[in-house]
Amino acid sequence: MAKLTIPREEYMFPGHMGCLGCGGVLAMRYVLKALGKRTIVSVPACCWAIMSGIFPNSCLSVPMVNTAFETTGASVSGIRAALDALGIKDVNVLGWAGDGGTLDIGIQALSGAVERGHDIIYVCYDNEAYMNTGIQRSSGTPEGAWTTTTPVGKTKAWKKGPKKNMVEIMVAHKIPYTATAAISYPEDLIKKVTKAKNIYGPKYIHIFSPCPTGWRMPPGKSVEIARLAVQTCAFPLYEIENGVYNITKKPKKKPLKDYLQMQGRFRHLPEEEIQKMQKDVDREWEILLKKEEFTKSL
Amino acid sequence: MVKSVITGNYASSYGAKLARAQVIAAYPITPQTSVVEKIAEFVAEGTMDTQYIKVESEHSAMAACITASQTGARTFTATSAHGLTLMHEMLIWASGARTPVVMTNINRAMAPPWSVWADHLDSVAQRDTGWIQYYCESNQEVLDTIITAYKVSESREIMLPSMLTLDAFYLSHTYETVDIPDQDKVDKFLPPFDPLYKFDVEDPHLFGSLSFPHQFYMEWRYQIALSMERARDKILEIDKEFESMFGRSHGGLLDLYRCDGAEVVLIAAGTMASTIREVVDQLRDEGEKVGLARLRVFRPFPAKEIRELAEKIDVLGVLDRSYSFGYGGAFFAEIGGALYNHPDKPVLKNYVVGIGGRDVTPNTVRGIFENALSLQDRGLDKEIEWIELKEGGE
Repeated sequence: MAKLTIPREEYMFPGHMGCLGCGGVLAMRYVLKALGKRTIVSVPACCWAIMSGIFPNSCLSVPMVNTAFETTGASVSGIRAALDALGIKDVNVLGWAGDGGTLDIGIQALSGAVERGHDIIYVCYDNEAYMNTGIQRSSGTPEGAWTTTTPVGKTKAWKKGPKKNMVEIMVAHKIPYTATAAISYPEDLIKKVTKAKNIYGPKYIHIFSPCPTGWRMPPGKSVEIARLAVQTCAFPLYEIENGVYNITKKPKKKPLKDYLQMQGRFRHLPEEEIQKMQKDVDREWEILLKKEEFTKSL
Repeated sequence: MVKSVITGNYASSYGAKLARAQVIAAYPITPQTSVVEKIAEFVAEGTMDTQYIKVESEHSAMAACITASQTGARTFTATSAHGLTLMHEMLIWASGARTPVVMTNINRAMAPPWSVWADHLDSVAQRDTGWIQYYCESNQEVLDTIITAYKVSESREIMLPSMLTLDAFYLSHTYETVDIPDQDKVDKFLPPFDPLYKFDVEDPHLFGSLSFPHQFYMEWRYQIALSMERARDKILEIDKEFESMFGRSHGGLLDLYRCDGAEVVLIAAGTMASTIREVVDQLRDEGEKVGLARLRVFRPFPAKEIRELAEKIDVLGVLDRSYSFGYGGAFFAEIGGALYNHPDKPVLKNYVVGIGGRDVTPNTVRGIFENALSLQDRGLDKEIEWIELKEGGE
């Protein structure tokens, strides 16, 4: 029998307010398993501000604070500074925000926090749109997707332009550790969070977190879709430690269409658009492979 | 005790140092910069033990102060004008989260057009945010108020943030003699911050979670209102305590000058008060029954003190160094509100002065007094008057 590598301890409990099949639920559960009890979480406006519990309930057994939408980076800076001032050691400070709170409104505070070098872990749980407000596009929404503010219609007004590459933005800040992870690969996710926990300084982890409600798919398909995102190279799993790229899953590449056709948010796409998106994914994957190759000797 | 000749900004920095602020998050803005530069020097020289976060915006400065305070640290920041208004969301957050952050704000005009000079709109516009507000008249008052503000704010029955303001350049960059008290003495006066609730991995809680309309949101706001009410007495109590230890007081909520037997009184905040004091002395020498009421604390609002004063006088002239584009300046509107249900009301007039740093000279004040004195016999001429507008301004 294979040895269980996922810690048994739970820091998140039933009674959360997430939707059926929410990827963000699994993301938090796994991350806390890796970080443990001595963790303080700061959460801005996002699904998790609600999912954590309505007053007076909490589904977490670690302290959590709600902070304003654009302030996650600043809030974790303040927590770490105060812990240092009070001489409290061995506490993980976790910023936990969605793609809107990270790539859009919170990017300034995050950039400031990681540039200053605070000892924090920042997780973006990416469900590729403003899901808590009801599926509006963010800069994390992939090209081609339907959202309520990219409603397709007669003029084919789906999301135009590529998804913002937040991982590369973090790498450009020269922080010690950046990684991607997906809820479909919990061992890989936990390994990365554990690694981040043991590195001093700012760490950024971008977790692919499917949203059945917003992606227009059955709730039971979240893990499967997150696996397909990795297998089609739409969302590669890799890490960058001090500038060195390491791809942690190199799949036998499946066609992007396998991933797209399971989601209602891509249902409207014509074949030529899918072909274009396949080319983009192929190109990005080639670039990533080259980055790994190029930085190997660093 | 050391007597030093320092600016209002440096008085701020020394105040934060003496109060042993443990986390400081700040962003530079004219004319606040020398506050944070001085603190950077303290830290660089090793004379101040603080975690100094050089944030990328004022919004982040306040956000970081709030979570640092919730973690259990004493926090300080300083800003001005656009910095303060950028913080607006987080100012409301700070009082909602019951974090006793203390902040210096250098009162500066809001653009456009650009102006870096004295104007109270920046802080007056924050009057609904749940912050205690002090308007300072001297550099000594700046330093002392930082120390007393922590003691008021951190009281368990208050737990609200405090902002003290000082006029751009008139205080921020003007050197005055300031008594810098001994650290031991300040430590005796101001104990370490000890909040009832904080982030604790051994006793985890969820802070600020969603509250439905049928739950406690309304009661939490009411609790803030009660704390703000309690702050009136608390400020007076701490002011007395400070006076007994340090031998100085700065006048509590409403600082009265020669109001005994006065018939016409001007009420004003900030450095204009010093000019008015001079003119009061001159006019008193000339036999006029005039006085000054300095609005030292705007939040909580000293309604009781204003009513007590109003009973004894014929004319109350309210000087606003900002305009709210509603019904006169905010001080005027609120003083009028406080007096409406009071049986014994003086004639109330609003003088809008010194906007964008326009100098309020002894002559300006003399002109205002002359107008106010004339109202004793002829009654109100004009409810709201902008003073010394340039030709073509009307």
